[in-house]
Amino acid sequence: MRGRVVLDGVVKRFGGAVAVDHVSLTIEDEEFFVLLGPSGCGKSTILRMIAGLEDPSDGTISIGERRIDGIDAKDRDIAMVFQSYALYPHMTVRRNIEFPLRSRSVAREDRDRLLAEATAALRLEGLLDRKPSQLSGGQRQRVALARAIVRRPVVFLMDEPLSNLDAKLRVQTRAELVDMHRRVQTTIVYVTHDQVEAMTMGHRIAVLDRGRLQQVGPPQEVYDRPANLFVAGFLGSPPMNTAPGEVTPEGGVRVAGGELTVQAAHGRTPVVVGVRPEDLSIDPDGPIGATVAVVESLGHERHVACRLADGSLWTALIATRDTVPHTGDTLRLRPHAGRVHLFDASTGERIATG
Amino acid sequence: MPPADVAEAAAQEEKAARAARRRRRVREAGLGYLLIAPALVVFGFFAFYPLVRTIQLGFYRTPPFPGLPNKAVGFSQYRSVLTSGDFRHSLWVTVLFGVYTVPTGVILGIALAVLAHQRLKGIGVFRTIFSSTVATSVAVASVIFFTLLNPQVGLFSYWLGKVGGSGILQDPTWALPAVSAVTVWQNLGFSFILFSAALQSIPDELLEAAHVDGASAWRRFRYVTLPLLSPTVLFAAVVGGIAAFQAFGQIDLLTRGGPVNHTRVLVYYLYQEAFQRNNDGVASVIAAALFLISLLLTAAQLRFLERRVFYAR
Amino acid sequence: MRGRKVLQYVLLMAVAVVVLFPIYITVVNSLLSPDTIGHRPPVLFPTHPHFGTYSTAFHEGHLGTYLRNSFFMAAVITVGQVITSVFAGYAFAMLRFPFRRALFITFLSTLMIPFEATVITNRHTIVSLGWENRFPALIVPFLATGLGTFLLRQAFLGVPRDLHDAARMDGYGHWRFMARVAVPLARPTIAALAIFSFLGAWNQYLWPLLVTDTDRLRTVQVGLRQLEGTSIQQINVTFAGTVLAALPIFALLIIFQRQLVRGLTAGAVKG
Repeated sequence: MRGRVVLDGVVKRFGGAVAVDHVSLTIEDEEFFVLLGPSGCGKSTILRMIAGLEDPSDGTISIGERRIDGIDAKDRDIAMVFQSYALYPHMTVRRNIEFPLRSRSVAREDRDRLLAEATAALRLEGLLDRKPSQLSGGQRQRVALARAIVRRPVVFLMDEPLSNLDAKLRVQTRAELVDMHRRVQTTIVYVTHDQVEAMTMGHRIAVLDRGRLQQVGPPQEVYDRPANLFVAGFLGSPPMNTAPGEVTPEGGVRVAGGELTVQAAHGRTPVVVGVRPEDLSIDPDGPIGATVAVVESLGHERHVACRLADGSLWTALIATRDTVPHTGDTLRLRPHAGRVHLFDASTGERIATG
Repeated sequence: MPPADVAEAAAQEEKAARAARRRRRVREAGLGYLLIAPALVVFGFFAFYPLVRTIQLGFYRTPPFPGLPNKAVGFSQYRSVLTSGDFRHSLWVTVLFGVYTVPTGVILGIALAVLAHQRLKGIGVFRTIFSSTVATSVAVASVIFFTLLNPQVGLFSYWLGKVGGSGILQDPTWALPAVSAVTVWQNLGFSFILFSAALQSIPDELLEAAHVDGASAWRRFRYVTLPLLSPTVLFAAVVGGIAAFQAFGQIDLLTRGGPVNHTRVLVYYLYQEAFQRNNDGVASVIAAALFLISLLLTAAQLRFLERRVFYAR
Repeated sequence: MRGRKVLQYVLLMAVAVVVLFPIYITVVNSLLSPDTIGHRPPVLFPTHPHFGTYSTAFHEGHLGTYLRNSFFMAAVITVGQVITSVFAGYAFAMLRFPFRRALFITFLSTLMIPFEATVITNRHTIVSLGWENRFPALIVPFLATGLGTFLLRQAFLGVPRDLHDAARMDGYGHWRFMARVAVPLARPTIAALAIFSFLGAWNQYLWPLLVTDTDRLRTVQVGLRQLEGTSIQQINVTFAGTVLAALPIFALLIIFQRQLVRGLTAGAVKG
């Protein structure tokens, strides 16, 4: 339980603005936990509060059994990897990695041993006597990681560590990070705005928007059962299709001139209907009529963007081997059963899926 | 058109083009020289010519009575002045003055910059106060302190317990330290601004990383901040050193080189010889020495700037 | 955490008091009568301020004249230095001519020649030109600066090559390009240089001391030397004079804070 992080009612105000609004989270020991959201949503602020670089305006933070929000950053037994790596430019790689050990007066033999282990784990042999300015981006990132793991902290904090890498390196490093997590078996709290990283790396994701926690759960669950419109729209590429709809007294939903049967629809509340592009098929008997606007071919799949009767633009994902529609064609769409989401039009909450 | 004419026409065109290019180049060069001419004229008259003339004047001994011609004496005047007790003493005073003012100024500048670098409310007011002495000139600072150190009514004399008599500025032991203190105070603003700017160029993330890595405030300062400040420290030290060798105003206003020449720095010695004793020959030797020392210090400055110790990218 | 904040504020206040005290006490004393100044224990706040000292300093103390002289001298020198530096900097950055590199090094070498080493000869030159106690003596030796040329050359080198090519295709000659494109783009550097030059000229002491000795032409810094010699009976006027001498630069500091920092740190801090 040493690496379990608990945030209870954490609030952070900067002057008049609320950056983090009553966030409560429990991050389990050894979990790879992702804080996901657009810029300005408060995810980095939460990370910095766990690190001790900011103090919460309200609420408590604990690691293990210890309440840490009053403790200075240097005494918290955590390690942090910054977006820009923050390597000490005037020190060699060796000195950079050793810095946390020297700061804690670790004995020489232990220091050498830990340095050797970290160097081997991140394949930094041969680079130890170089300065950061002489390293490539990927190498610098590995030095930053080595500096973090050398201390065997209880929690790792990572602030968008992949965003400064080019696309190919990013994919490679993603796999390395997951592998590293498996080996060190330590809690990782990982901040990113990239939903692909969140989906592929996290055990659980916490989605944040404007300081408020929107949903917490395993990636697939957050994807299949989004708590609200924001989460539904943030995860998934291309994003979920939405259109305003009306619940019929018979229990169905009228949308864009068609009618859908969705279980557990009740009342006459105006709703927003959401269907993911991969859950739409082109079917001559489908309930929703549309006119093709654009067809994009990506090689392995096609995106067919269509205009519905009410003007909404919906995209359907079809396999390349299926017949290709053309701009201007009229066709009908059929959402797959059990993949239609209904959201309350005023609150954005998901009220049903069917 | 017959082929020969075509070839000839082409050759003529080529020649015309070359001539046009040459004209353009000449015009450009002419403009270049025109644009640098004003500055060059000023430098010629007031920097290069005086330098040569001064060195030359060192070879002539000024007669004790005006009206008599100068006597050409070769290197003997250089030798006698540079080995004289007066010159050596003056050089020593100047070096001592530099030792008093330069390290103190650097250390205080860094200390103030670090103190005012916090994210506290109202820190802007303090930063303005700390940089305020940059608005005081050497003369302003000197007159303020001269008056405050007045033996009869000066407030600082009273507080230092030196009332009556001739005051601290006429005390052989304390005159130079006092002048140095005035200089350090007057330069505080500049030193503060310099190190504040340098401090601000150190990325916050670097210090945050060190903080999370477990370094105490002192460790962060010693192993991260200070190494990254070292280019600025070097710059401040050399600039301060050069300024120390060129000090004049505060000596003239505070002690007139006294008491018993205990504050007679090189430039003041030069001033006395040239303009009070009308001894151009001796004064020129001093000036030549001043130039040489300045040259060495400036060369050191350029060398250090080349190396850019601990250059943070 | 709270205790540490209090300690920081206390430290800041203590240092601020030490730094500001000489200036503070000068202003206070300029408003007291000479007897009150000599009073022990010392008076630290003027309960009945005498503003007359300022008028005395300004008129009988000639500070009004001195301020005017300093201002004109500094202004003309600043304009001169800016113009010659812009011209020379442009030439070195944008034009090609034989010996350009050698000439640039010559310009830079002036930085190594301390002014104090040239005063003897320069004074002779001034006297032989008949400029002693006349305005040109104060300004002509300072109309060019190696540092200024260096800075402007840097600034002009930073003008994108494309701009120059596009201007050439539009038919711009060098003069027009300099005036319409290069100079506006180099404005921050020019502003910093102007501040630096003005400050340097305003603060000059040795040279004005050597070439002027009438009240008509004296500058503020040298004027303070006169003021220093006034009797103890007029000590409050001395203080008032000092305040008047420092006031213009204080105002400049407040208005041009940002450019001032740039000017002072020109070439010192990388980045």
